Amino acid sequence: MTEYVNINPKVQKASRASFGEALVSIGEKYPEVVVLDADLSVSTKSAGFSKKFPERFFQMGIAESNMIGTAAGLALSGKTPFLCSFGCFVVGRFETIRISIAYNQVNARIIGTHAGLGIGEDGYTQMALEDIALMRSLPGMGVLQPADAIETAKMIEYLAGHHKGPVYVRLTRQNLVTLFNQDYEFQYGKGVMLKEGKHIAILATGGTVYNSYLACEKLDKDGLSTSLINIHTLKPIDEDLILKLARSHKRIVTVEDHNIIGGLGSAVSEVLAEEGASIPLLRLGVQDIYGESGTAEDLYEKYGLSPQKIYESICTDHLQLT
Amino acid sequence: MNDEDHTIEKLTQIARELRILALKAITEAKSGHPGGSLSAADIVTTLFFHQMSHDPQNPHCPDRDRFVLSKGHGCPILYAALAKAGYFPESELLTTLRKVNSRIQGHPDHVRFPFMETSSGSLGQGLSIAQGMALAAQIDKKKYKIYCLLGDGEIQEGQIWETAMSAPKYHLDNLIAIIDANKGQIDGYTKDVMNLSPLKQKWEAFNWEVQEINGHNFSEILNAFNNTQKEQKKPHLIIANTIKGKGVSFMENNIEWHGTAPTPEQRDKAIQELTSEKYS
Repeated sequence: MTEYVNINPKVQKASRASFGEALVSIGEKYPEVVVLDADLSVSTKSAGFSKKFPERFFQMGIAESNMIGTAAGLALSGKTPFLCSFGCFVVGRFETIRISIAYNQVNARIIGTHAGLGIGEDGYTQMALEDIALMRSLPGMGVLQPADAIETAKMIEYLAGHHKGPVYVRLTRQNLVTLFNQDYEFQYGKGVMLKEGKHIAILATGGTVYNSYLACEKLDKDGLSTSLINIHTLKPIDEDLILKLARSHKRIVTVEDHNIIGGLGSAVSEVLAEEGASIPLLRLGVQDIYGESGTAEDLYEKYGLSPQKIYESICTDHLQLT
Repeated sequence: MNDEDHTIEKLTQIARELRILALKAITEAKSGHPGGSLSAADIVTTLFFHQMSHDPQNPHCPDRDRFVLSKGHGCPILYAALAKAGYFPESELLTTLRKVNSRIQGHPDHVRFPFMETSSGSLGQGLSIAQGMALAAQIDKKKYKIYCLLGDGEIQEGQIWETAMSAPKYHLDNLIAIIDANKGQIDGYTKDVMNLSPLKQKWEAFNWEVQEINGHNFSEILNAFNNTQKEQKKPHLIIANTIKGKGVSFMENNIEWHGTAPTPEQRDKAIQELTSEKYS
């Protein structure tokens, strides 16, 4: 394992919680950072910033389009707005994001929390399962999804002070196992190698990375040597790394808590197909269907994203191919 | 003549020139929106040639007043004002509007043409953006004002009413919205497509400082903008009652001229009317 990896299931935190803490610390360092929320600051965890920096926090009420446009106006005036809501609600105002933020190419950071099946009991209406697809389709829009608390903190720091242009950040409601230590450095656009193997390369993102890691351990025991890569930047996708993996492995698997259409699986397949890489690809994720209510664990089990289900899908796929 | 008479005489002449410039550009482009450009001409003229603090030699001065054209399809009149003010050559407007590789797009494009304070054209978004600019001024304790021009049809968009609620919450008296109430939209008269009345009472109920004026009477326009300069802890709204296609007899109040370019013959006839004694 590489030196920056330190997987510790005893230390868990939701990426929205890490985000909320990171926001307070960047608030000190970057006076141009402002935060907007649409009546979900307690859930998105932007509330910490609102208490520390009330003059730079804007409670916009249940009116996401207005929040998006207002953030664009702030960004056009030199501010770095972080605008926060559930992923489905903010990305659902796609047309406003398209013109006010994306076409203007402003430094807005759209924060979509409670992403994917991981929101659990609230069910499909609150569940962002198409947000990556929509945000990937906007020219110049970066699409990010951290996999643990440390990566979230470093990503948010990078976005506060170092990145030009609009970005969508996808965060989880559920706790995520710690994957990294403080030596970890966030590099925009670069996949992160968590473990290196030979046969199967698994590319996972966000809340599915640790489950994929557990699946890898089982596959390794079965003699199927696996690599595991955390894709925190879904756009621009790390093409070089994907093609390198395609050359050095026999299978590629993508794992995401999102519709397999338009998300990580699509992004990887585009890179492989354009290069003419003849390697089988298995896309695990929500198979173009709606989600439902249930605990996050039960939903991950039902929709094939639990460690056991990821393991079984890869085994079945492997048997079919050999 | 007193000072106001001089100002009005000057603005009348400039508005006439801007109308002609916009119509020439739309004719050359063979598409565009003459109706809503002409209705907004007197408001835009007053802003750029009297009211707003701005400098073509220092176009991105942080302290400049901002103009947000939320009704983006009215951009020919804004382009005309910017060309006339010296931001870019009139010849560029007259030859490249809406053509491939042009920085003057069919609807405002902030990235290609940064004199546009924002991209717009997808209706309903500009007032939120103007509000964000007003909040930024408030944070930075800057004195500049943000003027935002809306169409009356445009305010059928729900996002407008989200901002109608939020701007009073933040006491944004540096935000001055103007509705170019020309009573027309693509599918017909606003009263038939989606009735807006009682317009004034709606905005007053949302706690805006509302004035209603004749949007072609410079004395009323000047007075209305003057009234917005006081700190009133409320955002301002000016309902400017206007005539779609104002200044060209065959375009006035005719919905067909919402988004149709004149032929060269129609352009010449329009210019003839605009330069005649009868134009006022």
